[in-house]
Amino acid sequence: MPVAIKNTAFYGLVALIVLFAVFPFYYAIITSLKTGSALFTIEYWPTSFSLANYVSVIETGSFPRNLLNSLVVSGLVVALSLLMAVTAAFALARVRFRGRSLLLLTILSVSMFPQIAVLAGLFEVIRFLGLYNTLWGLIFSYTIFTLPFTVWVLTTFMRDLPIEIEEAAIVDGATPWVIITKVFLPLMWPALVTTGLLAFIAAWNEFLFALTFTSSTETRTVPVIIALLSGNSAHEIPWGLIMAASVIVTVPLVVLVLIFQRKIISGLTAGGVKG
Amino acid sequence: MTVIRLNNVRKSFGTYDVIKGVDLEINPCEFMVFVGPSGCGKSTLLRLIAGLEDITSGTLAFDDKVVNSLTPSQRGIAMVFQSYALYPHMTVYDNMAFGLKLAKGGADEIKRRVNEAAEMLQITGYLDRLPKQLSGGQRQRVAIGRAIVRDPKVFLFDEPLSNLDAALRVQTRLEIAKLHAKMHETTMIYVTHDQVEAMTLADRICVLRDGNVEQVGTPMELYEKPQSTFVAGFIGSPKMNFLTEKFADAYRAHTLGVRPEHLEIRDKAGTWNGKLILSENLGSESYLYIDIGAKDPLVVRQDGSARQQPGDLLHVSPINDNVHRFDQTGHPAQA
Repeated sequence: MPVAIKNTAFYGLVALIVLFAVFPFYYAIITSLKTGSALFTIEYWPTSFSLANYVSVIETGSFPRNLLNSLVVSGLVVALSLLMAVTAAFALARVRFRGRSLLLLTILSVSMFPQIAVLAGLFEVIRFLGLYNTLWGLIFSYTIFTLPFTVWVLTTFMRDLPIEIEEAAIVDGATPWVIITKVFLPLMWPALVTTGLLAFIAAWNEFLFALTFTSSTETRTVPVIIALLSGNSAHEIPWGLIMAASVIVTVPLVVLVLIFQRKIISGLTAGGVKG
Repeated sequence: MTVIRLNNVRKSFGTYDVIKGVDLEINPCEFMVFVGPSGCGKSTLLRLIAGLEDITSGTLAFDDKVVNSLTPSQRGIAMVFQSYALYPHMTVYDNMAFGLKLAKGGADEIKRRVNEAAEMLQITGYLDRLPKQLSGGQRQRVAIGRAIVRDPKVFLFDEPLSNLDAALRVQTRLEIAKLHAKMHETTMIYVTHDQVEAMTLADRICVLRDGNVEQVGTPMELYEKPQSTFVAGFIGSPKMNFLTEKFADAYRAHTLGVRPEHLEIRDKAGTWNGKLILSENLGSESYLYIDIGAKDPLVVRQDGSARQQPGDLLHVSPINDNVHRFDQTGHPAQA
């Protein structure tokens, strides 16, 4: 096949994939900029520009509060699960003990259960702990669900760090905690950023737990609030507001990915050991 | 000035015994080299002394103080690893200062000691670089520097030259020899599989085989009076020739060992005669492979380049009857 056709086909396919991935978000943006009956005409190019939807989302109701809730919950979930996962990964990757692989498999099996299957049980636990309708209830349940993944990824990553570097640190008199914080953490940036980002996205988008474990508007997170946005009557769905809110909640994720994309430096361990 | 005593030291991984009861005394300030083929347990023995592996049974003592359960830093050792094992995210300075910082040394003291070590190794110019910006030889110096700054009582090397190319290896070998001369209060243990490194660096060599000490002695003792065919074959390059059956019977031995450098080509009436199979010319010397009817060709070292052609009939004799006689067990034969 001539190179020209090959290239055209390749870029055509890329364009198709990009279109498929970006179109829903693009459509949300242009819809959020419309008002009134223009919302219900199908147009593929922006025809009007009005920030009215954004203004009313921010000014009416508790949306800023809910946005803050989402940030606090997701941020703490990331911090907690990374702290626990890094320490667990050190034990699972570097300390020899009986039943290590069994434990690793058990951790993985936790993530097999669908959320809906553990919902009722988890609800009881959260009620028992007095965390119902608090952000801590959400943080607790999200951490449970993100931990298996973070532990697994970090364990695999830590296993690949050269053992000699750890031994050199031991000879230098480092304790396990010093090895983790001063030697391994700086080398694990790429893995930490990746898993942290995924945990953040999972917590940010979570809906079912957030709907079940909170009851008042002040403790709701953004996905639930958006779903519960209602218009003037039961039959009116405020598409403009929903789209504006959706665009607002997407922005932090995009910003985070853009920031950390630069920090994901592969090959950070290059030079420490031979080769 | 530390003397190291190993008393019946054993190490097993599960049911597999790696070190099978080693008794060894390493004298103060000595440069001891552990040498042996791969899998003989020399690295494991070094790691036991370092404290990176637990001793299964037996005692390890530094200056009559049993250190079995002490951590490496409590033992006062420093170690240079085969793969350098530098901290990739720290500058050369921080790599060298890391241990001192953990030991809570004063900032001025740390600076002084790092600079001193850097000067000794001529790496002062790279102190603010990262390991990945250095060449292999420079990295190895940093690794040595990191060990020096801690002013260790016992200095351990685990095959430190095996990742360097041939020219750099010779140069670094000389520097390690100089280092030993400068750090004359430090006991050094060096692991290698290369018998040239062992011969050139060691005060004494410990030859290991299958987790046991085969022989301990100065390089010349091992060369001149090997206590087994294993040591005889391991020390010396090229390897010693071993002859059996009718060749050995003439010397009343089960196995007869002759080093290539102790053989000479005679014009006629040699002890053994045979055809030249191959000759290797190294310029300053050459090695002749002669088929005298034994299992393996006989290797003869000759000064200068080889004048003989493959196929020539040659007469070979040991110089001054310089041969090693071994009995059936592989040990030197009595009278």
